[in-house]
Amino acid sequence: MFPSDTAVWIVFPVILPLVAGLLCFLFKRGTFGIALAAAIGNFFVVCFLIYQMLVYGPMRCYIGGWHPPLGISLRIDGPALLMLLMTAATGLAVTLYARGYFLFRISDPLRARRHKRQQYYFWPLWMLLLTGLNGLFLSADIFNLYVTLELIAVSAAPLAALSGKPASLRASYRYLLISLIGSLTYLLGVVFLYRSCGVLDLALLQNLAGDGLGISTALVLLTVGLMLKTALVPLHFWLPPAHANALAPVSVILSALVVKASFYLLFRFWFEIFAPIISPSSLNFMGTLGALAIFWGAIQAMRQQRLKLMVAYSTVSQLGYLFVAFPLSMFVDGGQVWSIVVFIALTHACAKSAMFMVAGNVYLHLGHDRIKSLKGVRSSQPITVFAYGIAGVSLMGLPPSGAFIAKWMLLSASFASLQYWWAVVIAGGSLLAMIYVFRVMSHFFVIPEGESSKKNVSLSPLLEWPPLILALISLFLGLISPWVLKIVLYKDSGLLAQIFQGGLP
Amino acid sequence: MNSGQLLLVSILLSSFIPGIIIFCLPEEKHRLRTLLNFCGSIVKISLVLVMNAGIYYGHVFEIRLPLIPGVELLLSGDPLSALFTTLSSVLWLLTTVYAVGYLEDSPNRSHFFGYFSLCVTVTIGIALAGNLVTFLLFYEMLTLATYPLVIHRGTEKSLRAGRNYLMYAFSGGAVFLVAVVWLQAIVGPMDFSASGFSPMYLTSHGSVLTFIFILLIIGVGVKAALVPLHGWLPQAMVAPAPVSALLHAVAVVKAGAFGIVRIVLDVYGAHNLLLMGVLPLLSAVAAFTIIYGSVLALQQDDLKRRLAYSTISQVSYIALGMSMVDQQLAVIGGLVHLVHQGLMKITLFFCAGNLAETLGIHRISEMRGVARRMPLTMAAFSIAALGMIGIPPTVGFVSKWYLGLGSLAGGNWWLLVVLVVSSLLNAWYFLPILIYAWFDKQQGPWPEELYVGRFETRLMLLVPPLVTAFIVMAAGLVANAQISPLAWVRFIVRGYTL
Repeated sequence: MFPSDTAVWIVFPVILPLVAGLLCFLFKRGTFGIALAAAIGNFFVVCFLIYQMLVYGPMRCYIGGWHPPLGISLRIDGPALLMLLMTAATGLAVTLYARGYFLFRISDPLRARRHKRQQYYFWPLWMLLLTGLNGLFLSADIFNLYVTLELIAVSAAPLAALSGKPASLRASYRYLLISLIGSLTYLLGVVFLYRSCGVLDLALLQNLAGDGLGISTALVLLTVGLMLKTALVPLHFWLPPAHANALAPVSVILSALVVKASFYLLFRFWFEIFAPIISPSSLNFMGTLGALAIFWGAIQAMRQQRLKLMVAYSTVSQLGYLFVAFPLSMFVDGGQVWSIVVFIALTHACAKSAMFMVAGNVYLHLGHDRIKSLKGVRSSQPITVFAYGIAGVSLMGLPPSGAFIAKWMLLSASFASLQYWWAVVIAGGSLLAMIYVFRVMSHFFVIPEGESSKKNVSLSPLLEWPPLILALISLFLGLISPWVLKIVLYKDSGLLAQIFQGGLP
Repeated sequence: MNSGQLLLVSILLSSFIPGIIIFCLPEEKHRLRTLLNFCGSIVKISLVLVMNAGIYYGHVFEIRLPLIPGVELLLSGDPLSALFTTLSSVLWLLTTVYAVGYLEDSPNRSHFFGYFSLCVTVTIGIALAGNLVTFLLFYEMLTLATYPLVIHRGTEKSLRAGRNYLMYAFSGGAVFLVAVVWLQAIVGPMDFSASGFSPMYLTSHGSVLTFIFILLIIGVGVKAALVPLHGWLPQAMVAPAPVSALLHAVAVVKAGAFGIVRIVLDVYGAHNLLLMGVLPLLSAVAAFTIIYGSVLALQQDDLKRRLAYSTISQVSYIALGMSMVDQQLAVIGGLVHLVHQGLMKITLFFCAGNLAETLGIHRISEMRGVARRMPLTMAAFSIAALGMIGIPPTVGFVSKWYLGLGSLAGGNWWLLVVLVVSSLLNAWYFLPILIYAWFDKQQGPWPEELYVGRFETRLMLLVPPLVTAFIVMAAGLVANAQISPLAWVRFIVRGYTL
């Protein structure tokens, strides 16, 4: 049992960015400072929460002292905290990167005006999005989760439209529609679930969900809604244009964090609430979709002519690995399934952010991102290209990246259960990733004939270092896996007892 | 962390830290860069010698880093890893000297030397790996560290070669990963040990284990350039000469061969392999590669390509020795060839680089009478070439002698025939070069004479091949002495019950 006042800290990851977002909206100046302060504060609060959990175990915070089923509660456990940490770390990096991005060549008056307008909307929206993400990872009841999903949708779609180009407007409009459809489907699922069980709290639902038409319908609706938001093949069509046409810092946020949030929720539903009624064939179905996603995304990534589109399709492909964990979950312990997913998510978040930042740098530097004309970038931007290489290696799942650990676990599970085809999928996916990563890499390395006519554009450290650091984190994540495992395995075993202590029906 | 662990880590860091610093150095600071390189390699050699002494007197060097249950990184120094680390660190020093001379005034040197140091770090990591996971980690990293070196020139051709290299190497890596996980799913986590896994698994999973063995050999066979997995190697010849020297003698090809040694001796173990009966298959592949590589080498006019095919052929001697794992003499021959082939091949590549760099000679037909212009280079070349053919007292003779004795002792007559035929083929493709160079007259001017000075070529290009050629002779002459590679290999083999 933990002292009740310590649990108060759980609220801060939601409050901090919310307040910062409002402040950014009110003030025109110093918005970056406010956002940076919130991002740093958020990061340290999350670190502190991890420390608290290691000392006291998983925790809950009841807003206003009301206990479920009446009140709203927030909770933390291992996986949630790691997702929060992922959001906080990537968020901090992207905050710095976005500053560098908007400051780039501010001397050019046209660019300065455009960047000023974009910044004006970017900071409050980004803070609002951060609020939604943190809220989603912390919420403990399914209606609250709907609210956070909506918050994410209504802040992500305008962010995607920020660049103002027709293509991005079209893509973000579609993105908004898809997000809303996904949210509504989810809400419908919530209604069915509430009708059948009469509670909204996740921990209480865990005990109540049994067989029944209402509950199966709820499962289908929730799954479809969240699949749409996670862009699992064949519902991925909206993702590449939306991610590739956004501003670079926005692409980073969308690709690294937003899709992970809906996946996280989906995973919670499948492996906690609905775990008793999930059949092996449905798990296999999800795994098959994941395998399709791995191959389809990779093949599309290989065919792209633009760097950002390539990176976006790579997201479609990498998300597939998260779903391949579904059918193999039957053959690893419960804790390990979470660790597989967490390792993939963490590695992908860091590596993919680094890649989109690199793509952004290349775009700023050359004014385009056509893969065929990336000659000589290596000599002019060595740090950026190095970051790209490291991030690519992590995406391929080479050791010692976190994805390697995840792939190792997936492969062991598939051999232990004699399902060799999953091993083929996993190894084949890595090879395809190698092809699309190094196709771009080899263009970077071409030494242009004659002296380079381009004037050397020097990028600020804010643009160069965040991708490199993120890429290095993703590469060396495997080496700190014992700590990650230790945190993941903190699940709320004592949670129900606490709720009942709080006086429950 | 005790002193032994500190030693292992510093052996790795002695090339890693200079590499990282070199990346950050500005291009024009070449003096500082050269100094860093030399300091690093001399420190590394000293540390490796200390470790060798420790291993000889039975000290245990081991450092473990657990990742997830059943997966841990393990660096350990055993006699076998000492053999490979010594080879790599000594040849790194010589290649660095050579590369400094070779790349004088060429662009992107800090980039080159940075990856060069990383490449050596990773090779040492492969040597020190104490289990398959660690081996896999460094094996994949080796591909990454060598890729920028292969495409260093940045031309269309080198990029194509690089792409091909990556396809081969990563496909091999993927197969290897699958095989490693599969093996662990059956026999559980294991370190490299002199006995291999317990034979009881063979009764329950015999055929699967055989299949995994084949997968593992395919995985490392890509880098060891076993036919038909050799396609990347001749193409990778577009790289600068020091890179080719390093790839062929120490790093990539040797890492593959070393992997075969580890899998045969330390993962499966002789008794399991004999029970499984897959060794004739490995013999056949190795024998075919030996003959096929030599036949293709015969047809090349380009000097570096001929040497490349010769590498394919020669490295398979190591695999051949491993395929007769029940014969102690054959194992000795195969293991000692790991060192001997490295010494001879690096000499040959140094000399080929000298010819290209000094006189613009790339083809064998252009080499007529070149020995008068560059007598020392050609003397070194000749010693190494004679070694490749297997003429006493060079080291090449020692390897072939032990392999031959081993095949006779095991009753494998046909392998002796392979050895003899291969020696004849070696003679066939090396002797004409020597005859051209020494006894023919110069025909017209050299293709492109780039250097005229006091010596026949730059001193930094001349010294390394002379040193390695000297070792090729000396290590053959004193093969029975306490400090020869052969003596160390005998020490290694004593640890196994063969």
